[in-house]
Amino acid sequence: MTLNEELRQFVIDNFMFGKPYIGFADDHSFIEKGIIDSTAVMELVAFLEERYRFKLQDQDLIPDNLDSINSLTRFVASRLPPNFAEVRYAGRIVLGT
Amino acid sequence: MLTTVFSADVLKIDAAAVSADIESKIRDIVLRQLHRKGVIVAISGGIDSSVVAALCSKAMGTERVLGLMLPEADSSPDSLHFADQLAQSLGIRTHVQDISAILTAAGCYQRRDEAIRKVIPEYQAGYKCKLVLPDQVNGSAYPIFSVVVESPQGERTKVRLTLDSYLGVVAATNLKQRTRKMMEYYYADLFNYAVAGTPNRLEYDQGFFVKNGDGAADLKPIAHLYKTQVYALAEYLGIPQEIQNRAPTTDTYSLDQSQDEFYFPLPYDRMDLCLYAKNHGLLPEEVASVVDLTAKQVASVYHVIDSNRNATRYLHRPPVLCEDVTEVPYEARV
Repeated sequence: MTLNEELRQFVIDNFMFGKPYIGFADDHSFIEKGIIDSTAVMELVAFLEERYRFKLQDQDLIPDNLDSINSLTRFVASRLPPNFAEVRYAGRIVLGT
Repeated sequence: MLTTVFSADVLKIDAAAVSADIESKIRDIVLRQLHRKGVIVAISGGIDSSVVAALCSKAMGTERVLGLMLPEADSSPDSLHFADQLAQSLGIRTHVQDISAILTAAGCYQRRDEAIRKVIPEYQAGYKCKLVLPDQVNGSAYPIFSVVVESPQGERTKVRLTLDSYLGVVAATNLKQRTRKMMEYYYADLFNYAVAGTPNRLEYDQGFFVKNGDGAADLKPIAHLYKTQVYALAEYLGIPQEIQNRAPTTDTYSLDQSQDEFYFPLPYDRMDLCLYAKNHGLLPEEVASVVDLTAKQVASVYHVIDSNRNATRYLHRPPVLCEDVTEVPYEARV
């Protein structure tokens, strides 16, 4: 599973009860579509910090970084170690190629 | 749509006429609709509860109003002083019930402190705290709460709350409003009175209340009035000047906390105007100069208004039935 796929799965599982709405796309704004509120953002932050082992600073908590699957993927990828290649949703981070 | 030029004057009211109208409705609601003998008003020493108590006194007679003062360990001493001043000025009966022991028994303070220690391990007895939000007018940051703590030596620390610490603090602190409401209904049952809620329009619209805490009531006499208008009524009703001059506060945390650092992006007077403007379909460009903001900032405030409405829809909902019970109409359900 790629980073994009894992993030997509997390959003679907935790904010859409496992069933995305028809047409849910990676560039859809979570705010505009009413997918998340501030409590859900905190849940997302907790997941990102625990799963990808980096600390989100206050200035990171903006829609540009967190408001769509594409934004999330871009943001998380920018914070991962350079040799990061693939993650598995089951909880193990697989480093290297 | 607004048919006059938008200015701060849009919130001006004929205080005498508005007061008379609300008084008439209070009498009708309490006596004819609810079949109750009087009204319980929890008076905090703030402007909203003071105006509600005054309106109820004029509507029902002072002998049919009971002012309840419900302080707890984190309450400002000013609150009791102002509430007492208000009661004396109105000539209404009061009862004082300190709810600290109830809250302690329910673990309110202990649970709150444990939740704070998840992010600030050194937090302990003798420390003070409050919750704050980031600037929502000038920034695009999500409204994620931070906790500010002050040590007994006066040193302040601010840390962003994690999800479980935030939920823990809120759940524990909400016990305060729910315990107060429990006592209000105790006295309501004791005297066969109705319970008056005290939210103004800004608080009611934006979900600034605790579900089944201060959000619960039998009637809400000023929920349709902007806070600016509540102040206008206060002046007309002769509310003590000290209370009129007191800055709005949550009086929930041990550190002084204004409503606009805890919940609203602006002080109430400008928040009222933005809410009014949004309700009347005005564009940010039409509002900006009146509230001394840029159009972009007004747009941010509009976004906060929408977000709060969406997020707090749950607080307004009565219980949802799995199947309708047609003999009990929707509006009668609790």
